Amino acid sequence: MSPQFTLQSLILRTTAHFLLPLLLVFSVFLLLRGHDEPGGGFIAGLVAASAVALYMFALDIHSAKRVLRFEPRDLLGWGLLFGVISGVPAVFMGQPFFTSQWLELTLPVLGELKVGTPLLFDIGVYLVVIGGVLLILLSLAEAED
Amino acid sequence: MRLEVALPVIIPLFFGALTLILWRWRLAQRITTVIGTGLMLLSALWLLSATWQDGILVMHMGNWHAPFGIVLVSDLLGAIMVVLAGISGFATAVYSLTAMTKRHEAFGYYPLLHLLLAGVNGAFLTGDIFNLYVWFEVMLVASFALLILGGERAQMEGAIKYVTLNLVSSALFLSAIGLLYGLTGTLNMADIADKLSYADNPGIITVIAMLFLVSFGIKAGAFPFFFWLPASYHTPQVAVSALFAALLTKVGVYALFRVFTLIFTQDVDYTHEILLWVAAATMLTGVLGAAAQFEFRRILSFHIISQIGYMIMGLALFTPLAIVGGVFYIMHHIIVKANLFLVSGLVYRLKGTYELKELGGMYRSHPMLAILFLIPALSLAGIPPLSGFFAKFILIRAGVEAEAWWIVGVALLVGLLTLYSMIKIWAEVFWKAQPEEYANRPVHGSAGSGVLYLTIGGMAALTVFIGLGAEPIYQIADAAAHQLLNPSLYIDAVLGER
Repeated sequence: MSPQFTLQSLILRTTAHFLLPLLLVFSVFLLLRGHDEPGGGFIAGLVAASAVALYMFALDIHSAKRVLRFEPRDLLGWGLLFGVISGVPAVFMGQPFFTSQWLELTLPVLGELKVGTPLLFDIGVYLVVIGGVLLILLSLAEAED
Repeated sequence: MRLEVALPVIIPLFFGALTLILWRWRLAQRITTVIGTGLMLLSALWLLSATWQDGILVMHMGNWHAPFGIVLVSDLLGAIMVVLAGISGFATAVYSLTAMTKRHEAFGYYPLLHLLLAGVNGAFLTGDIFNLYVWFEVMLVASFALLILGGERAQMEGAIKYVTLNLVSSALFLSAIGLLYGLTGTLNMADIADKLSYADNPGIITVIAMLFLVSFGIKAGAFPFFFWLPASYHTPQVAVSALFAALLTKVGVYALFRVFTLIFTQDVDYTHEILLWVAAATMLTGVLGAAAQFEFRRILSFHIISQIGYMIMGLALFTPLAIVGGVFYIMHHIIVKANLFLVSGLVYRLKGTYELKELGGMYRSHPMLAILFLIPALSLAGIPPLSGFFAKFILIRAGVEAEAWWIVGVALLVGLLTLYSMIKIWAEVFWKAQPEEYANRPVHGSAGSGVLYLTIGGMAALTVFIGLGAEPIYQIADAAAHQLLNPSLYIDAVLGER
């Protein structure tokens, strides 16, 4: 428990518990909305990272880390890996790297669904941004501790 | 669609991400890195042989066609550079198996190494000038972090100069791109070259050309912007020094070769005359700076500068033979220079210092190392039959044919002074007896130095190979120069026949 980072505010602490899941859901919404409408991996990653950051300010670093579950550095690595891999399927279709590949599915409940490599790339960006921002924030907070 | 054009960029990115995931397992990181750089070297060789057989190869990334999308283009110069990056990357990775300590690895050495290689290869292959800037930045970000790996005081000091100068260079580069875009409305290098060939305002084009010259001159370590280099290259871990010495300045040289053969050829009398003066001044200041130094890696750093002068001389003379000489020089230099730094690292490992006056007696105690030092050192000075002789010979012959007598004189004098510097290192480190008071310092000893010998020996063998097998290398350089001097080949390959 670090005194600097625990804003002793009951209101903030209570709302943080509610805001965290809401913001995370919102970030996923932004991520999925991204390709054709405003949104995307970068902004979604920032929202998700700020959700965890808010949680850190309201409670403390350890609970924030517990909520995150993964090391930020691992998120960074996986995100980069997803980004690179998203370019590969095009090669098997005989097209240049990073050419978008789309798959149209018709699902019983959801209706028509379009899935493609840009989404994988966006998920990669999403993870990289979360990992990058939180790596910086948590390191700074720990140094302060 | 040619897969091989993108592989040298994709492979290091992929393995870089992989080493990031494997952060906690040191052994896995090391194995991944050796495999990754090895695969990168193989893909680079594949690219070179494909480019040699089929001419300039192009990949339109994401299937967005030029001039609107970003293209990767592999002409012979680019492919040669990628192979050299592969060789030095692989050598560094193997050398690091022994030379890198756990503490330094914990700062993220392996992911950064891959990131640097991805940036370097991207810069060599991109056909888009703004994308070139992006790859430069990727490379610089990685190099900033590698430079301060370990976080010692001297490193910070060197890094501040390095960062500041390189940021200035990047700012100039970006402004020049902005002006060029304003003038031509395109960022694709082939398209820019095509549009500029019927532009009628040579004044502003020359101004932009000079902005590029200053910006790339800083990156290449050319006169008068070289001082960041000797201030920083002797501070990081030696494997990092070797990789920097091999690749970073050469990316600047490559960029100069690219823009001053493809884009800015309107006013050759003016722009290339300036390049020639820059070349002469770079050669001289570098070699004179080296003569004044008595620290192993500082001497080598100053020699990088003087060697950059030779490469720019090849570009500046702008005759077919001179360009061949410049390309040949780059090939020779990257191998030799990386190797000399690797030797200095092994000497440090055995003796615990880089100071010449504290060293000595290595010829008696490590005769094998002495021979392995002599090969790249004499090659650097241009002694036949090693690679440096042919590199210098072609350049000087080109100078004579162009009747540029004074630059020939400078080049010969600098060659002689280089020999002086190398003999100085030889005499101090290997020949004289080591002063008593420095003889018994605690050192790493020879444990694990087999890998280091292997790397140094391999690079030395390459130097001998380039020297003895100069003919095929010459032919590749010749074909590369042919492509450079006929920009229409590049333009047609990227934009298609019009």
